[in-house]
Amino acid sequence: MTAIPDPVTALPELSPAWARVRLALMALAVDPAGLGGLWLRARSGPVRDAVTGALTALPLPVRRLHPSLGDEALFGGLDLTATLAEGRQVRTEGLLAQPSALVLTMAERCPAGLAARLAQALDHPRHCLVALDEGAEAEEALPGALADRLALFLSLDDIPLAEAVPLALDLEQIAKARARFLKLRVPPRAAVTLTGVAASLGITSLRAPLLALRLARVLAALRGHAGVRAEDVTTAAELVFAHRATRWPEAAEDQPPPPAPDTENEGDSDGENRPDPGDIPEELVLEAVRAALPEALLDQLAIARAARATGGATGSGEARPGHSHGRPLSARPGRPSAGLRLDLIATLRAAAPWQGMRRKTALQDRLVHIRPSDLRIKRYQERNERVLIFAVDASGSAALARLAEAKGAVELLLARAYARRDHVALIAFRGAGAELILPPTRSLVQTKRRLAGLPGGGGTPLAAALQMAQDTAVRARAKGLTPVLALLTDGRANVALDGTPGRARAEAEAVVAAKAWRRAGFAGVVIDTAARPQDGLRALSATLGAAYLPLPRATAERLSSALEAALTPLQAG
Amino acid sequence: MTKTHTPRQPFPFSAIVGQEDMKSAMTLTAIDPGIGGVLVFGDRGTGKSTAVRALAALLPPIEAVEGCPINAPRRDLCPPWAQGVTDRMVTKPTPVVDLPLGVTEDRVVGALDIERALTRGEKAFEPGLLARANRGYLYIDEVNLLEDHIVDLLLDVAQSGENVVEREGLSIRHPARFVLVGSGNPEEGELRPQLLDRFGLSVEVTSPRDIETRVEVIRRRDAYENQYDKFMKTWRVMDAGLRNQILAAREALPKLKTPGVVLHDCAALCLALGSDGLRGELTLLRAARALAAFEGDTAVRRTHLRRVAPMALSHRLRRDPLDEAGSAARVGRTLAEVLP
Repeated sequence: MTAIPDPVTALPELSPAWARVRLALMALAVDPAGLGGLWLRARSGPVRDAVTGALTALPLPVRRLHPSLGDEALFGGLDLTATLAEGRQVRTEGLLAQPSALVLTMAERCPAGLAARLAQALDHPRHCLVALDEGAEAEEALPGALADRLALFLSLDDIPLAEAVPLALDLEQIAKARARFLKLRVPPRAAVTLTGVAASLGITSLRAPLLALRLARVLAALRGHAGVRAEDVTTAAELVFAHRATRWPEAAEDQPPPPAPDTENEGDSDGENRPDPGDIPEELVLEAVRAALPEALLDQLAIARAARATGGATGSGEARPGHSHGRPLSARPGRPSAGLRLDLIATLRAAAPWQGMRRKTALQDRLVHIRPSDLRIKRYQERNERVLIFAVDASGSAALARLAEAKGAVELLLARAYARRDHVALIAFRGAGAELILPPTRSLVQTKRRLAGLPGGGGTPLAAALQMAQDTAVRARAKGLTPVLALLTDGRANVALDGTPGRARAEAEAVVAAKAWRRAGFAGVVIDTAARPQDGLRALSATLGAAYLPLPRATAERLSSALEAALTPLQAG
Repeated sequence: MTKTHTPRQPFPFSAIVGQEDMKSAMTLTAIDPGIGGVLVFGDRGTGKSTAVRALAALLPPIEAVEGCPINAPRRDLCPPWAQGVTDRMVTKPTPVVDLPLGVTEDRVVGALDIERALTRGEKAFEPGLLARANRGYLYIDEVNLLEDHIVDLLLDVAQSGENVVEREGLSIRHPARFVLVGSGNPEEGELRPQLLDRFGLSVEVTSPRDIETRVEVIRRRDAYENQYDKFMKTWRVMDAGLRNQILAAREALPKLKTPGVVLHDCAALCLALGSDGLRGELTLLRAARALAAFEGDTAVRRTHLRRVAPMALSHRLRRDPLDEAGSAARVGRTLAEVLP
């Protein structure tokens, strides 16, 4: 990390990583709304507390949000107690009413709806968002809609407690910087450089270079520079781009040639047509970001890929429309009890029309007359979305063509999936184990991308495939989906769970896994892709409790229609 | 709070760099709302939301009865349940109503006014977002993530142009005619075909590939943020020019000629593509007419058809998941064959 520690903003006793944290927080304190905020990936603990504690330096009131936060808390709503007491409508002020630093806890669980609202709120630069992401696994991460809008990213996982000394943010320095950062001279090349570097790192969103440009101003102001200098651009690029990169920057000679020396566009930079003294070579900035990559990026690259794989916006892939709480139905009369929540508004609505009449006959003088018959409870429709888990034998024994057919069938099913509320997941098994190629998704675009590069060959680790199918099914069920397995194989299990070859053990383990699947109460279909129906496989499907379907030489079309036919009774049941 | 938030105008529509398809699709619906809305699908950070908000500022204002919850153009068209309606007419910006994800059904369609019910024992209707969107635009960001029950509701209303509320003893109906604008990221999920079909036009946006364009985006955005007054001075003029062009096109539209050969072309193209129903054909024609009017032509020509065909038809094709090229390319191929 070349530009950090920084002579002006870092203190000598800080470790480089911790100095970077401090610098990011200082910058955020200068321009919280303009920078959008900070994505803080860390487990809860003293190191994270040291960072969140420093947020008091922000010129905005800190407010905590929770992923299950409702619209009422966000935008304000009816204050029922006050409304009833005063007999007129009293509304509460929502969290978004005043500019504030919104601290979102458990950001990796933020549902799409909340993410969309917060993203919208961030589009008007009043608030800043600090997203505390405690994602344990790479695929649990901040929703993309939010990550895209926050300039800064910090991961604290590698910072030992000993390094995490209290972060003394220099408030005076921050205030000074705040007063002047917007007035700083910015060399026109800065925008060109930042855009070019972002492009070489495979960052498509144009918010990234914009935020980096903004950050460069802030850093220059913090460092007391008269204008934005190369080092400010470099540090800004590191802080904003490193976690967004989707590919390694190619070697410098492979870069597209830098744009021709400034063909200035319609004078939106005051007479800056003269050659720029603060020229910022793109290669140097790129080199600096590249230097920042190994630590911050390698796992981030994986995270980014995984997040895209699971659906980007929700990170955890959890709250897809329709099954986060199910389709709300109209409230029905009833008493709240375990599992049944009172729908207060509906209750009041039910009582409202009768108020005049009840008031006349009431023995006591009350503002609102509620009778037990007015009580309403919330109802949600049963979730009926299904996830089809394809477990496809990609071993050498299964012809490669089979795999191609399975891919085609997955796509076909998915193309018709929406109406049936199907999600599709794909497990491929071959060689030493099974791999979840495609986590449950309903996105055809994603599926195509993931399927494109699926290789085949090797042994048949059937038990591993069944185990993975079960894991996937259990997770899907936790999200309210109904898992159904479609196992495509010729049934010749010959690799054990530990990856060692051996037919007897492999088959025994497959039976155990199949029994576990059945115990869990999941449904399924076994498609025998061997040239002649295999008795062993027929037996295995009985153990699984799955329908058996011998289907040699299936085309993608036949496969998908056979599957649909076989699954229809399951769907009904 | 510390600094008052100066209500800035949205980023000007004409200052959006590139994204010509998106911009022209939106312009066409502004000329002829009957085209039926725009769907913008694509990467993050490509200016989808920016364009919609900019569109709101660009559209010509409407005349409406003051205080009318459904923006009625005449006093006698105001609904009987409306509160606080006066006899005056006001000019107000074309409504662009945001329909947020996770919105409740009550907020969309309207519901019993609790305040009046509790305090006065009156059964009154509190209009929802559909009422406010009447005669304007309804914008749904991340439309593909919208909950199914809200989608169903929208389909229903968009089809009939009327919002029917039967709940809590209320029985209310009011006009709800609006242009749907939806945006989303296809990686996050598919859009239901029924809803897809409801959008007149659909465009895909991608991040610009060449550095020069990307730099220009950054420059303009930076100027908007940091030299607001100067920036707006230039672009407000451009926006005004575009607005006038839209108004002129609206006037020219009824007089525009549609030669029989163009109708024939429309039908031939839709047949060749196998697009479902007549909706595609009608939208294609309407969009082509709007484009011709926008460009000051007196008659629709094949060139107009050719240019609007991808945005009018690509989302209406039967999906062929095994075709790697995507539906826009299919429209392009067929165009080249049918309308050389």
